[in-house]
Amino acid sequence: MESLSYEFGPWNILRERKNMTPIIVGVVGSGNLEILLEDAELHGKSRFFVETSVSGFANTWQAVLRDFSEQQKFSNTLITINDGGATPAVVQLRLLQAAQQWKAQYED
Amino acid sequence: MLVEEKLWDTLLRNKRSRLERASHITDSKIVRNDDVVRLFEAVIESGDKVCVEGNNQKHADFLSEQLTLIDPGKINNLHIVQSNIALATHLDIFEKGIAKKLDFCYSGEQGIRLGRLIKENIVEVGAIHTYLELYSRYFVDLTPRVSIIAAQSADKHGNVYTGFNTEDTPPIVEATAFKNGVVIVQVNELVDEIPRIDIPCDWVSFVVQAPRPHYIEPIFTRDPALITEVQILMAMMVIKGIYEPYDINRLNHGIGFDTAAIELILPTYAESLGLRGKICEYMSVNPCPTLIPAIESGFVKNIHCAGSELGMEDYITARPDIFFNGPDGSMRSNRAFCQLAGHYADLFIGSTLQIDVEGNSSTATLNRIAGFGGAPNFGSDSRARRHSSKAWLMAGKESMKPENATMPRGRKLVVQIVETFKEKMQPTFVERLDAWQLMEDFQLDLPPVMVYGDDITHLVTEEGIAHLHKCKNLQEREQAIRGVAGYTPVGLNRNRDQVESLIARGIIQRPQELGIDPRMATRNLLAARSIKDLVSWSDGLYKPPKRFRNW
Repeated sequence: MESLSYEFGPWNILRERKNMTPIIVGVVGSGNLEILLEDAELHGKSRFFVETSVSGFANTWQAVLRDFSEQQKFSNTLITINDGGATPAVVQLRLLQAAQQWKAQYED
Repeated sequence: MLVEEKLWDTLLRNKRSRLERASHITDSKIVRNDDVVRLFEAVIESGDKVCVEGNNQKHADFLSEQLTLIDPGKINNLHIVQSNIALATHLDIFEKGIAKKLDFCYSGEQGIRLGRLIKENIVEVGAIHTYLELYSRYFVDLTPRVSIIAAQSADKHGNVYTGFNTEDTPPIVEATAFKNGVVIVQVNELVDEIPRIDIPCDWVSFVVQAPRPHYIEPIFTRDPALITEVQILMAMMVIKGIYEPYDINRLNHGIGFDTAAIELILPTYAESLGLRGKICEYMSVNPCPTLIPAIESGFVKNIHCAGSELGMEDYITARPDIFFNGPDGSMRSNRAFCQLAGHYADLFIGSTLQIDVEGNSSTATLNRIAGFGGAPNFGSDSRARRHSSKAWLMAGKESMKPENATMPRGRKLVVQIVETFKEKMQPTFVERLDAWQLMEDFQLDLPPVMVYGDDITHLVTEEGIAHLHKCKNLQEREQAIRGVAGYTPVGLNRNRDQVESLIARGIIQRPQELGIDPRMATRNLLAARSIKDLVSWSDGLYKPPKRFRNW
């Protein structure tokens, strides 16, 4: 077990949120992971908490989440990840799915 | 001047004396299975080139066992020329001093043992071939003197029915029989009348009924229950980013889970894009059960098979418009023709174990001699192709040209589909292939590369598609490869600006550029999510082997 946390941003992108409910994507299980996204007052930043069952991949997590943040620019968003040893491919897919779902709450 | 009279039929004379030596064992072509060792000692001679039919599915396993029992004091130094080294007995004859030299294509299960025997100088390898190369050499310099093959049934005259798994048999038998060699057939049953004649009796010297049916491995069955969402996402990218724009209608699929995922979303995702009747109509591929929904929903209209697959027999027989079935109704597969058909198709797609920054791919693993099989012929541009199609012309037009070249060319699409990491976080992308180390360890002439970088047109990972053939030079190509190599060390070493510009130019396309919603990449998109679903798509005609039944 390893706990990691990262912050990226800030971005001063103001978004009109239609719906303030948190979203959850994926499932906890071996080789899989779940991602929870919530609104939070973070001075325009996004913050990640990662709980992973596999230690020793902090550098990979940092690179994955940095790229994700630079692409999505989610300001004031708290993202919690429970990882059951997913491959980077699964992490990537779940993040893409989470981003799409999150954007659906402020885009028409 | 005295001219010595030259004999022009020494092979025929030699064959006659071999048969003469066997005349005390049988007065017909039928040999009792407890006489096989005596038969071998009568008709095989030291130094003979011998093929013990080992395909990747069916095996002359009984005769292969019997071959290990002959006396190496009487017969030795055999030169084995066969496609697959799959059974322990295939290598036992080397350890027992019966055989010495080996020319082959592929050694899956026996790869580690073969590696050891080569290092101990017990096996002397001539060369490792692709299937088509070895079949070709049967008609050049590796013609077998004795071929030992496997079939379903024979009649008392020696006419042979191969059953669905004809596989390698035609080139082996033709080369041997038409050069006055000896053909010995192991059959499951001797019957009064065989369903159809695959090998006429005058090509056959002896028939042995084995005490048990020959071994067949169900190697092409992929359980849809094991297909992951990442594989589904990649399958969506292949259909939207390659099959649709190029109108890929004549193709060859590998046999892994990645291509099974493509097959299983044809009736759902490709249907929703309006692609039925436009893509995937003609395939050269084994009768993989995961093709059933695409056949039933009218996508796939024609399939030629290299081999067969256990449990698919009744389904294939009931679909003669799709498969190549004989007048008796059962299929005749043919690996040589299927390899040719796939070589001249518009596209090959398959997976691999390692890819380097030049795009060369290899399935070679350290300490193991795995060989090639058929992938290099499928996964290479067909340079002698002259007929055109939209896909072939388009890929040719888009391709990087040698400097000052003016002649327009077409090009086959060769697609490698991989996840950036394999199990246990082993990166698929590497700076240097293990194949180089293997070349040193086994003193090979070249690193064993499955598909060369200059033959690949497209690389598909979970990160996106790299259109490698569109790159202007090798430096750009390398960045395109790094640009889809994810978080492997190769991927992390990308030049981020250059990758951005490759995305802007459409040379790298990610799901967002392709207009693919990753939320659709769920198992609900699969037309069948279990083996049981495949059975019901087939209306009960597909009868999966026990190990795949869990209901």
